[in-house]
Amino acid sequence: MRTATVSVPRASMIDDDVVLTVTGLNVDLRTPKGVLRAVNDVSFEALSGRTLALLGESGCGKSMTAKAVAGLLDPVADVTGGTVVLGGTDLAALTPKERLAYAGPELGIVFQDALTALNPVYTVGTQLGEAFRIHEGLSAKAAKVKAIELMRRVGIPEPESRVDSFPHQFSGGMRQRILIAMAVALNPRLLIADEPTTALDVTVQAQIMKLLRDLRTESHMAVVLITHDLALVAEEADTVAVMYAGNVVETGPVKEVFGTPHHPYTRGLLDSVPADVGRGQDLTSIAGSPPELHRIPDGCVYQSRCPLVQDICRAIRPTLEPDGAGRAVACHFSEELDNV
Amino acid sequence: MSDTTATVPHLPVPLLDVRDLTKNFHVPGRGNNVLCALDKINLHVGRGETLGLVGESGCGKSTLARTLLMLERPDEGTIRFEGTDPFALTGKELLAWRRRVQMVFQDPFASLNARMTAGEIISEPWATHTTLYPSKKERAARLRELLEIVGLRPSDAGKSPQEFSGGQRQRIGIARALALNPDVIVLDEPVSALDLSVQAQVLNLLNDLQQRLGVAYIFISHDLSVVRHVADRVAVMYLGRIIETGTTEQVFDRPRHPYTAALMSASPHLDVSNSTPRKRIVLEGEMPSPLDPPSGCRFRTRCWKAQDICATDAPPAAASTDEPLHVAECHFPLMPETAVQLLAPAARSNDSDPRLHTITDLGAPC
Repeated sequence: MRTATVSVPRASMIDDDVVLTVTGLNVDLRTPKGVLRAVNDVSFEALSGRTLALLGESGCGKSMTAKAVAGLLDPVADVTGGTVVLGGTDLAALTPKERLAYAGPELGIVFQDALTALNPVYTVGTQLGEAFRIHEGLSAKAAKVKAIELMRRVGIPEPESRVDSFPHQFSGGMRQRILIAMAVALNPRLLIADEPTTALDVTVQAQIMKLLRDLRTESHMAVVLITHDLALVAEEADTVAVMYAGNVVETGPVKEVFGTPHHPYTRGLLDSVPADVGRGQDLTSIAGSPPELHRIPDGCVYQSRCPLVQDICRAIRPTLEPDGAGRAVACHFSEELDNV
Repeated sequence: MSDTTATVPHLPVPLLDVRDLTKNFHVPGRGNNVLCALDKINLHVGRGETLGLVGESGCGKSTLARTLLMLERPDEGTIRFEGTDPFALTGKELLAWRRRVQMVFQDPFASLNARMTAGEIISEPWATHTTLYPSKKERAARLRELLEIVGLRPSDAGKSPQEFSGGQRQRIGIARALALNPDVIVLDEPVSALDLSVQAQVLNLLNDLQQRLGVAYIFISHDLSVVRHVADRVAVMYLGRIIETGTTEQVFDRPRHPYTAALMSASPHLDVSNSTPRKRIVLEGEMPSPLDPPSGCRFRTRCWKAQDICATDAPPAAASTDEPLHVAECHFPLMPETAVQLLAPAARSNDSDPRLHTITDLGAPC
């Protein structure tokens, strides 16, 4: 048991170390319609001091992937394959108790809706201090001092007087800061941010994203940013994994993937953004909508909406093929994409 | 100051003309507290044009939309719809007016009755407006036509809302708004609940309908890239006031109010071709409570250009000398050069991360 130790010293304080490796992750859902594959063969790496974006539309499995990594899946969902290695330790090999002791301090997670994520009947000071009481064995009094320190670190004004306030007494932006403070309390190596600014206004979103950047730079965390917002990915992330219907269809450095997409879905998403399309001109949209989980076809998951679809796409599902230069794409016809 | 205080020139015959519209709410249990949701709003909408209404949550966008639909009665000010005040109408005249202004709601899952079929939902307005399509035959024909113009199949009329995807549900909401052949449709965040690929389909549909039917839109959204794509003119709201209006190009490319510039700057851009990140204005704090708005200029508590006068005098609406339709409420409006500079990507520098520059780096007021 390592519960009484102080926060674990970082193995290294330099960027670009591999913090998280997810390999071949499968998540199945037990539903009345049978067992459905929500996340299929998903692999990615998160590096210290860098931001990886999991990008996709609703229902594509991006949040389910994050929950599987954090061990927070609903009871109806099971990890049925793959490994999640955090800081050299395979999380699946740990017992729940070991996992709590190890992954608790090493992994922080920020949810979208701060009001739901916080407990309304405890003060924010109590909730912020919980990590210190559980993992560092501090007294309630000492934990409160740490909580005030944390509130100052995430930019909450007058933390001494606000530490005894309840979540509903804070604005949306301040609640999100509290949630971020809880996630980074024990200096985790990995921070998962699941749509952290979707419920916020743009000026507050800019403040929160700046805070996350500052914290990442300060403590060399790896950040996994889950979002559906392409512009946010373009500005905040170093690498991106584009997900569609439970599968990663394309990965690589953001600038390269967005600059020259190799998968027709990535290209379709980029074309759907209204920026720079003149008033009155039609946007290029993707026909149809994503398949429901119980109707995912054999072969390529994107076949029903793809402009390049051929017989082979209906028969064989393309695997994510690395190009040797840091990018990978799952498409039979990615070379032909530029000619369309 | 090179700007002159000018009355806002109007288009020849605005379809909708709003002057000095004020709406206060009394908050119970908090003494004599008055929440000023709308404070002397002026705006106009021409036939067949799209007015984009942007602003952050709590700024009064939705109250304005509700007042325009006569769901709220204003405390002061006037609304003129082709010269008539709808609040003075009664009986049949009022009913006829209501037909002409319709609404599309944000959430396509909450705004359609799950116990009705798509056909019943779209036809329901005719139960009130009985004279529009009096016979069953006409209604059936019109229903088929409406389904067709929003991109649904005639056979979809018998399905219930749960059988449709989010984008298709929003098409039903649009068909319902079109059922009474309105002149103005208020669209309150019509695409923000939709996925990006579906959002583009619905925006294309709205554009197509406007060109075919000549209907005017009041398009409320917090997504600036969407507003830029759909709107002819834009009004920016902050704490119950319209602080800047102008053509879409004027407001987006050469904002005059510091808040507008901050809003544009805070919104992330997709452009990855530029290797240097943009310098970004990160505003301090959040919007003050509308129960206790700041004196003078409402934005002064977060503004990097604020001076003493901003606390004492509310800035008047002033048009730019070069652009008479480009109006901002600011004592120290941004000059076009400054605005362009603020929104441009930062010059290449060796700074660790130029994105981290905040408003304090942007120098003294000009």
